[in-house]
Parts: sequence; C-alpha cells; structure tokens
Amino acid sequence: MIELLDYDFMRRALLAAVFTGLAAPAIGVFLVHRRLSLLGDGLGHVALTGVALGLLTGVAPLVTAIAVSALGALLIELLRAKGRTSGDVALAMLFYGGIAGGVLLANLADESAASLNAYLFGAITTVSSGELVLVGALGVVIIVLCLGLSPQLFAVCQDEEHARVSGLPVWLLSALISVLAAVTITVAMRTVGLLLVSALMVVPVAASQQVTRSFRSTHLLAMAIGLAAAIGGVVASYEVETSPGPTIVMLAIGAFAVLAVVGALRRRVRPAPTR
Amino acid sequence: MTDSASPAVPRDSAPPPLAVEGVSVALDGRLVLHDVSLQVSAGEFVVLLGANGSGKSTLVRASVGLVPTIAGRVLLFGTPLPDFEQRARIGYVPQRTRAVAGVPATVDEVVASGRLSRRRWFAPRTGADRAAIDDALERVDLADRRRSPVSELSGGQQQRVLIARALATEAELLVMDEPTAGVDHDSQHDLATLMGDLVHAGTSVLLVAHELGPMAPLIDRAVVLEDGRVRYDGAVDHRLDEALGHAAHAHFGSTEHAHRHTGAPPREGISGEGAW
Repeated sequence: MIELLDYDFMRRALLAAVFTGLAAPAIGVFLVHRRLSLLGDGLGHVALTGVALGLLTGVAPLVTAIAVSALGALLIELLRAKGRTSGDVALAMLFYGGIAGGVLLANLADESAASLNAYLFGAITTVSSGELVLVGALGVVIIVLCLGLSPQLFAVCQDEEHARVSGLPVWLLSALISVLAAVTITVAMRTVGLLLVSALMVVPVAASQQVTRSFRSTHLLAMAIGLAAAIGGVVASYEVETSPGPTIVMLAIGAFAVLAVVGALRRRVRPAPTR
Repeated sequence: MTDSASPAVPRDSAPPPLAVEGVSVALDGRLVLHDVSLQVSAGEFVVLLGANGSGKSTLVRASVGLVPTIAGRVLLFGTPLPDFEQRARIGYVPQRTRAVAGVPATVDEVVASGRLSRRRWFAPRTGADRAAIDDALERVDLADRRRSPVSELSGGQQQRVLIARALATEAELLVMDEPTAGVDHDSQHDLATLMGDLVHAGTSVLLVAHELGPMAPLIDRAVVLEDGRVRYDGAVDHRLDEALGHAAHAHFGSTEHAHRHTGAPPREGISGEGAW
C-alpha cells in the first residue's frame, strides 16, 4: 500500500482527500445544527451550472463553480431573510435550475454528459497540481474560519434571535455559513463529486453525534471521521479498484453505523440522567 | 452578577434603560400593538401582564429589535434601537422554544453564548467570561449539569439554561419573555429569590408573566396589555386586580394562572424537578 505514494497522482489525490475530509464536516456541523442538512445537496446542483459555464467559456471549471455556487448561496440567504413562505419553493427552483442549466450549458459547449461525470461523481486521481493548490488554500480558509468563529457560528445556528439581540451580525454569519458550504462543495467536487459532496458534510457529523455530548466534541470528532473516511476511501479505491467518491461516502456511513451501535450500547450501560 | 463593569451613573440623570414611545406593530397585516408606551427606569422591576394574544410577547420582541415597528420608537439607554450598539447592556430570555437544535450542545456551551456580546472574534474565553458563566450557572442551580447536553434536561431546567445565558451577559437590563412558563411552584419561589437578588444589585427588569406569584412583593410596576393597548400601568394593588379582572375575568395574585392557556396543553411535565 506504500507504493501508491510513488505515484504523483496518488499523492495529489491523498492531499486533496485530507483537505476535503477535514473541511466538509467542519462546515457541515453548522448546517446540521441549523437543520439545513440538505442545503449542501442543493448547492451541489448549483455548482454544476458553474462547472458547465467553465467548460463553455474555457475558464477553469473549479473557479467558475466557486463563483456560481457562492452566488447561489448568497441568493438563498437573501430568500431566507426575506419571505419564509415562498423560500422553500424558491430553493427548489434554484436547485433544479442549477442541474438543468449545467447540462444545457455543457451541451452548448459541445461537451457530452460524460464530461460532467468527473464533476458529478468525482475524479480525484486527475487532480492537477494547480487545482490542488486551490483546493488546499480554500480548505485551510474553511477550516480556520469554522474553528475560529465557532462560538459565533454556533450561537447563530443555536438561537438566531438571541444572537441578533446580542448584536451579532446574524445575516453576515448566516451568509458566511452558506458561502463556506458552497466553497466546500467545489473543494470536494473533485474528490467525492457534486452528487455525494453533501454526504461528506453531513454523514461524519451524524456519526460523531452518536457518541458525543457537546457541540465542540461533535465538531472535532466529525472532522476526524471525515479525514479518516477520505484517506481510507482513496487508499481502498486504489486497492480494490472502485471509484474513490462512493468509497469515501460508504466508509463514512460505515462509521455512522458502528458509532450508532456504540452509542446505543453506552446509553444502555450508563443511562443518561434525566434530572 | 454584581455588575461591577457598569459605570455608576446617577439614576436620576441617566436615561431609562428602556423607553417604548407610541409603538405600533403589525404582524401579517394585523395590528398587534397600537400606540403602546412603556418605560423601565434604572433598577426598576416591571412585569408585563395580559391575556394570550394581548401583545405581550410582541412588545418585548419589539423592545429588543426582533420585530419591526410601524410607528413610534424604542430607546435603549437613551439610544434609538437601530443605533444601539452596546448589546452587552441587555440580556434577553426568549420563550423556551428552541433550546435544542440539530447537534448536541452542553449547558455550558449554550450559556457561554451569553458572553458573545462581550467577546472578541477569534479570541478564546477570558477569565471574566469563565467567571460570569460559572456565576450564572450557580445562580440557576445548574452548576452540576454544565457538561450535560441540553436535550437531556427537563423543560424547567432548559428554561433555567436560557435564564443563565442572559445572566452570563452581566447586563444592566434583563428582558424576559415568560421565564415562569411551565415552571412549578417551588421553582417559582427560587426564580423569585433570584430576581430579588438581581433587582437588589440594581438590574432593571422587564418580565412577561401570566401571574405574579411569589415575585409579587418585588415588583415595582405592572403593565397590563389588552388587545394591543396598555390597559393599566401602575403599582401592584387593588387597581391592578380590577384591570386584570376586566382583562381576563380572573382573580389575580393567587397561585392560579390569571387565565387559562386557550386550549393549549401544559407546556411540559413539571414533576420531578430538582431544586427549581
């Protein structure tokens, strides 16, 4: 298994996996806390339009995907802040528009649907060194902001109204969460693919909270699970010749299953005090 | 919460912590508050009473800027609400609705949020933060539960977590939206003791309640809302009873609710509470 480090593309793939595995749960925990677990999924659809825009214009798809999905995230926050009633339908429009727009633009660019596959399902072994630099830089920014602003972001997700009375810039912090989620999606796009990127944001968090009691420990354990699943997925996919993206996600779901059992056993042995 | 951080301003000259001047609020096109004025002077304990739907909650929410007003203005410590930036001077206790969110969070973590109006970004908790959190937890008798997830607490305990979060702010003005809802009789006495300590230390309080209960002797002034208008504003005496009798056809000052929750089930089981 050490010999996989001899290949340049595998070294790049593993590095991309490290950044993705840490960054996705780092922002994902706030989405789960806010009960917006599916936001990542929708933003992944929007990012597809960005990818196709890149293919059409000849700009690097990673860059256009970041721009379009970040804009989509800001639009969603505006909709959330304005009307609550139509927000749900507006989200649906944005998400379906994102995937339809992506395929249409790709057609216009004379690209077959197959060329979108690398983005839909990930193609971690084709990550170039230029892309890796961008993925790494964005990954570090995401992790630093998510850990450094954790008290503020937690407060906004926990009780938005109390946060507003406390004088926190609630709209800005909400928008930051959505934009960071959008950027995470593009960082993770080459690793697990747009269709599964949301899983890497949500599943490690769900797995972690089976055995944790605090937000902090949930946050850190989720990042550790994400890291382990991402590295393990890349290595396993090399060994057994499967696609890295689905392998990573299945490992994370496996971690969820194991920790769910551990958590249930622990609660039976030591029942939670109720008063 | 001895409030050593706040400057010792003379009470007579300083502007009141809260002044609501002729405020009207419309929600979904319906006029909920109509030309309401209310003041909480420094060190005053004011209780806001009224039937369900009378606008109590809307008034306190408008007072802290959570609900937009269509007329009138709100002054916090003499500053119009939109310009008010010294957020650490107010502590807010919302109705206990969303104490629990998607990811587990401990009592300590939720109470620590009360310090965010004072904390710098990207900075860890200071010694003052830790001391304020410890003190707030002691005051609501939850120090031994600080590492517990909020979801494992009873409804009454969750209510106390939200009170502790506001206490941790070390605010000069506390705005509390029904902190006694669903809290049992003994706990009401403990809350009254806590409120007595706070008021004694000079904290100003606006508190929404269904009944005065054991807090009655502490209260400087009661304001009764009826259909979005101020029906009564004065001392806790027989005139208040009359105003409430008119507003809710119920005797006041007993341990019974001044009126029934209309058709709503009790908020929570309150059996098996601890010291509160």
